[in-house]
Amino acid sequence: MIPEIGQFSLILAFSLSIILGTLPLLGAHQNNYLWMSLARPLSAGVFVFLGISIAILAYAFITDDFSVQFVAQHSNSLLPDRYKLTAVWGGHEGSFLLWTFMLSGWMLAVAIFTKSMPLEFVARVLGVLGFLISAYILFMLATSNPFDRIVPLPPADGADLNSALQDFGFIIHPPTLYMGYVGFSVVFAFAMAALLSGKMDAAWARWCRPWANVSWGILTLGIALGSWWAYYELGWGGWWAWDPVENPPLITWLFGTALIHSLAATEKRGVFKAWTILLAILAFAGSLLGTFITRSGLLTSVHAFASDPSRGFFILAILGVAVGGSLLLFAFRAPLMKSEFGFDLISREILLLANNVILVVAAASVFLGTLFPMVYQALTDDLISIGPPYFNAIFIPLMALLVVLLAIGPYCRWKRTSLSFLLQQLSKVALASVAIGIVLPLIITLQISIAATIAVTLAAWIVLSMLQDFLGKTSNKASRVQGLKALSLSYYGMQTAHFGMAVMLIGVALTSSYSSEKSVLLSAGQSVELGDYVFQFEGTAPVNGPNYVGDEASFLVSKSGKQLSTLKPQRRIYLATGTPSTEMAIDAGFLRDLFITLGEQKEGNSWSMTIYVKPFVRWVWLGAIFMALGSFLAAADKRYRRLRRRQTEPARAKVKSESLGGELQPSS
Amino acid sequence: MNKLKFFIPVLVFVALGIILWRGLYLDPRTLPSMLIDKPMPGFELTAVDGAEVSNDDLPDQIFLLNVWGSYCLPCLIEHPTLMRLSEEGEIPVVGVNYRDRQDLAANWLEENGNPYAFSILDESGRFGIDLGVYGAPETYLVDSNGVIRFRHVRVLDETVWKQQFLPAIAELKNEGSQR
Repeated sequence: MIPEIGQFSLILAFSLSIILGTLPLLGAHQNNYLWMSLARPLSAGVFVFLGISIAILAYAFITDDFSVQFVAQHSNSLLPDRYKLTAVWGGHEGSFLLWTFMLSGWMLAVAIFTKSMPLEFVARVLGVLGFLISAYILFMLATSNPFDRIVPLPPADGADLNSALQDFGFIIHPPTLYMGYVGFSVVFAFAMAALLSGKMDAAWARWCRPWANVSWGILTLGIALGSWWAYYELGWGGWWAWDPVENPPLITWLFGTALIHSLAATEKRGVFKAWTILLAILAFAGSLLGTFITRSGLLTSVHAFASDPSRGFFILAILGVAVGGSLLLFAFRAPLMKSEFGFDLISREILLLANNVILVVAAASVFLGTLFPMVYQALTDDLISIGPPYFNAIFIPLMALLVVLLAIGPYCRWKRTSLSFLLQQLSKVALASVAIGIVLPLIITLQISIAATIAVTLAAWIVLSMLQDFLGKTSNKASRVQGLKALSLSYYGMQTAHFGMAVMLIGVALTSSYSSEKSVLLSAGQSVELGDYVFQFEGTAPVNGPNYVGDEASFLVSKSGKQLSTLKPQRRIYLATGTPSTEMAIDAGFLRDLFITLGEQKEGNSWSMTIYVKPFVRWVWLGAIFMALGSFLAAADKRYRRLRRRQTEPARAKVKSESLGGELQPSS
Repeated sequence: MNKLKFFIPVLVFVALGIILWRGLYLDPRTLPSMLIDKPMPGFELTAVDGAEVSNDDLPDQIFLLNVWGSYCLPCLIEHPTLMRLSEEGEIPVVGVNYRDRQDLAANWLEENGNPYAFSILDESGRFGIDLGVYGAPETYLVDSNGVIRFRHVRVLDETVWKQQFLPAIAELKNEGSQR
């Protein structure tokens, strides 16, 4: 009975979202106030009923209701409660419900935090989001209903959640990634509203920017969490594999990065308007494409959900209507978006444009590499595989170029900057960066690596130019502290995010250049050396978990005679499925990670195992955290709120006088 | 002309949409191998146990070529069937250890039992590309002349063996006796 309530609730949400996707849009078109004002309450309604739906699905998991097919496929009575709860997104149907629910959450946020914007605009934004949600719910109801029952004979126990998913990373990675992904739907809706009304001004860009920044920040965290999870759970010590399902978030991220920079130029200088709109559409298309790829079985990968062509067809239809329709609208309306031109060859506009071109080329190359095997197969019936060499060869030089320009951007002024000013500001910085790049890796590792030298040079280039910029920007003030206080939060946001790029760059380059690993066979008491570290194998002991049994090995790790830590990797067998799984042990550190994965037991008491030393690997994710922090700082800039208040107050005063008039009328 | 440039994105998207739509109907799992009725591609590789192997080492009779990997969970499901076939001498089985690592593969065989006459070690997946492998598990039926005659993707269990492989083998034998 209870799962049926979830189903009804889903249908109700669908009905409301159909109204939301039509009436407010028509109302905005015909200037019908009543229809437009339906948008906010309807958004709240859709959110509530989707919320009930997902809560009921979670309830079915917690109560082990195996008559619900989705629960029976992804849970088990032995599964710990936290995984029962999160198994809601452990498969296609439930994760799509989560995706839709999150979109409705964003929509509710738009309904709440847009009090200062014109109703016509808000009605259009919410209408577009409502339309998307109705399509998503229809997709669920038609092809992938999470509330489908197994009747008349439900199984006694469930098939269990995939053992690779039973991990902390699974609890946080998918929701964060989805949250960032669907956030770009909001920016897309803003872009659609601009196209539909034919108006796009500095105010539009200012409204957009906090939403774009926050979505981008969350997406950055989501991708980083996925990378971190893959690193410690999958046991191969990699943090990025150019997997066909890793790539769409990256494509979205690259478009999103271009978008937040282009929005800056549109807001401040009124340039690149059509381009900004196009980027908003592309970032959204990237997020839909990610859905399409994971859920249609189009490409095969470790992430892919069970494939089903009818689902793929449905998502392709959504993609066609949403992206195709918006691009068509773009084609008709974009010529109306007159940009105010007028900037010199060396100006902040040009650098932002270069940033955009590089990021879009990078996104397009990743996109091509991801889809090319399929396109090739569609055209020739042959199979090929495109691997990391292609992606690295294209992506790394592009990013290097991006970083070179990244440090120059903040120095440039809008409209025009003189070359001699740039040279005067940056020539010392450039020399110092190269010196640091050559010397620092040598001191730390005593090995020469060109990749490390270039990366450290580029990172130093970012950091030093940033310091110089801070010095320059505060030098005219009475004191440095005052100067620092006078700088805006969005400036700090930008510099924090750029600093994150430097940190990530160091992490990526040094861990790729200096990592080492060794596969060995050890018996209890034996030890092995890797780099400066000695790993002593102490033996194994059996362990029992709630839904698995296994062995736990114990290692003493020491460096030049000094004991550092004890590592305890495990090998588990999950009882419900008999699936073996390895839990690696990591000694995480700021400058290096040590980790061990336990293999099989051999004759006697020897075990096979692989030991890794990964310098600076944490910096990859640390950089992402800085980037996200930067985007949140920028979104929190009081500029956005101040303008909001200034615009709101006259409006409120007006409403007040109207309502006063209304009160007076009857008496007269 | 100036206005037409704004139609470029939508045109690119339409082209892409057509390709994606076509892609949906290309389930790689139902794709017959390009190599059906063609000889097995030549190889000179190492086996999982370290021996050098080439086409000359293949059995002179009808045999199964089974693609597997230690990471591949469905391979564990079909494993008992392969063990029975090879232990009862019903048909020789040659393995292709696809995109795996030698130490992991050797461990796996040791732990679960080895149904293979030998297993070609294909760490890079290069041989798999020649063969048109979609993913493990996958099984090919190769005739006594080294020509691939039948391909099955996914798990080979007793039912699949009886319903698909036995008739295919019977047909091959029949063909052989007529010749």
